[in-house]
Amino acid sequence: MSNKLTAFMGWIDARLPVTQTYEKHMSKYYAPKNFNFWYFFGVLSMLMLVNQILTGIWLTMNYVPSAEGAFASVEYIMRDVEWGWLLRYLHSTGATFFFIAIYLHMFRALLYGSYQKPRELIWLFGMGIYLALMAEAFMGYVLPWGQMSYWGAQVIISLFSVIPFGLGDALTEWIRGDFLISGATLNRFFALHVIAVPLVIVMLVVLHLLALHEVGSNNPDGVEIKKVVDDQGKPLDGIPFHPFYTVHDMVGIVVFLMVFSAVLFFFPEGGGFMLEYANFEPADGLKTPEHIAPVWYFGAFYAILRAVPDKLFGVMAMGGAIAVLFVLPWLDRSPVKSWRYKGMISKVFIVVFAVAFVLLTWLGTQPATGTNTMLARIGSVIYFGYFLTMPFYTRMEKTKPVPERVTGGH
Amino acid sequence: MKKILVLIAGLIPMLALAAGGDVKLDKHMTDLRDTASLQRGAKTYMNYCMACHSLEHSRYNRVAKDLGIPDELMQENLVFADKKLGDLMTNAMRRDDAKRWFGAAPPDLTLVARVRRPDWLYSYMLSFYADETRPYGVNNEVFKDVGMPHVLAELQGVQAKGKAQVKVGYDTLTGQEVTEERDNVLYLAESGKLSAEEYDNLVYDLVNFLVYVSEPIALERQRIGWWVLLFLAIFFVPVYMLNKEFWKEVK
Repeated sequence: MSNKLTAFMGWIDARLPVTQTYEKHMSKYYAPKNFNFWYFFGVLSMLMLVNQILTGIWLTMNYVPSAEGAFASVEYIMRDVEWGWLLRYLHSTGATFFFIAIYLHMFRALLYGSYQKPRELIWLFGMGIYLALMAEAFMGYVLPWGQMSYWGAQVIISLFSVIPFGLGDALTEWIRGDFLISGATLNRFFALHVIAVPLVIVMLVVLHLLALHEVGSNNPDGVEIKKVVDDQGKPLDGIPFHPFYTVHDMVGIVVFLMVFSAVLFFFPEGGGFMLEYANFEPADGLKTPEHIAPVWYFGAFYAILRAVPDKLFGVMAMGGAIAVLFVLPWLDRSPVKSWRYKGMISKVFIVVFAVAFVLLTWLGTQPATGTNTMLARIGSVIYFGYFLTMPFYTRMEKTKPVPERVTGGH
Repeated sequence: MKKILVLIAGLIPMLALAAGGDVKLDKHMTDLRDTASLQRGAKTYMNYCMACHSLEHSRYNRVAKDLGIPDELMQENLVFADKKLGDLMTNAMRRDDAKRWFGAAPPDLTLVARVRRPDWLYSYMLSFYADETRPYGVNNEVFKDVGMPHVLAELQGVQAKGKAQVKVGYDTLTGQEVTEERDNVLYLAESGKLSAEEYDNLVYDLVNFLVYVSEPIALERQRIGWWVLLFLAIFFVPVYMLNKEFWKEVK
């Protein structure tokens, strides 16, 4: 039996590099042995991507992409389709947990300098995924065709109209396919949401992983494990991804799924932050909701937009908040990667930045009252200040010596 | 592990937000397990609300099944004459007519409990009061200048807004109610067929039913949720031990 299997694999491998690929990316991919809690969120993002794609396929089977039928078809899925409610909640809760995983995954990169040389491309592909994911989530939220789907889309698409030279209005009309948000907009968003953007995301994920496996994973110490190898060329601080990290990630996956399930089965609306209450009312172009708020994962950028009194500059600030992340690898001039060995300024700033980001996320979902706007302005200054002063403080501050080998671990 | 718990704890405040509003709302202690209450609510809804407010995403037989109402009983008493048991619960009111009569077409209420939330609905149904300036002679504390007439006035009676004695607490010695005169409060000016308590219960049941119909799977969802969590908790043990076994050799 085993002989036959070997022969069969030999036959395949002579024609397609299956064994070689498996070894390169799994059984002989050496990952640092000192991964900690933060290193779960890559695989968890992947888990959520698979969840979104699978549940999305089944939702598409009963969803009706038209202004007349969309809202009712979602309720049809919730009530009349066998297990339709579960598919829908898996998808809607999945969106939230996808963003939780992605945000923590990105924050991990900030903490340990995983974007630094030679991992700039990994970061850029990752940012591409994040950008595509925001577009994907935004268009997905339009599909149930509730009040917040409609008015959220109205607010966000109208942002493009600030582009000067008469281009803005032409562009918004081109995006909507109509003079206002309508069935035409819904139809094209459906097409983009179910095929175009997911294809881009999947391709970027492949590139993200290929680039990662080319240079190898970073770790909490920011030490290059490839520098210290045994006589066979294997990193002394590295362990094969499979089986060590596959069994390790399983623990994280089960815990993550418990939190995910607790929310899905007991708080599927997420207190109005995941499924907004107003979105259970069908879209009505003549009735503006009193408070138009984005879903929580867009909160920070929406808060930055509203913090600026001028619309054009507000849109530029919001775009800039995302754009600045792309150049992060070139803003950080520190000789060390991990915050463990960076100076006090870096340590304090990263914590303040994280607090500001959470605050902005909260503010984006709340009405823009006087105090809230004030706080949003402070948060925005911290957000930009963190990145724009980075080239200076990372170069000037005194760093600690980085050890030769990884510390801690198991 | 400790960090994971911190993360979970960090997520909880994000889930706890109530919809804001100016008027203080009464709390509706929703109980979807109280089948009798849901049945009474369904009956009130079909008799008083359904002619104007459809439940167009819900089906008669689903309500019958979930509320333990036998099919024949449902068909005879609660299903509109021209409808079949498997039909969606629509009504015969035409939207343009309705708009002429009430200023705005009465909305479908299948999902109203998810939009307005139970406390709002409960308070709304208790807050109609006489107001001669309104077309139907009533206004509402929770929904100012609402186009809807007070359909349950024959049951509740008519409330007026003005000076009245309001219960503020209990005397610590005698246990008797302590009242105080307040202005701008609602009081019963003309009683209806039901006592205040009976009407309160009727509205409670009605809102209970609306919460049910806004998400008929809610109870089943939670029931399955416990099994899913139990499975994951048990599954965690071998997964954790497998990990431990493999990592023993990693120094």
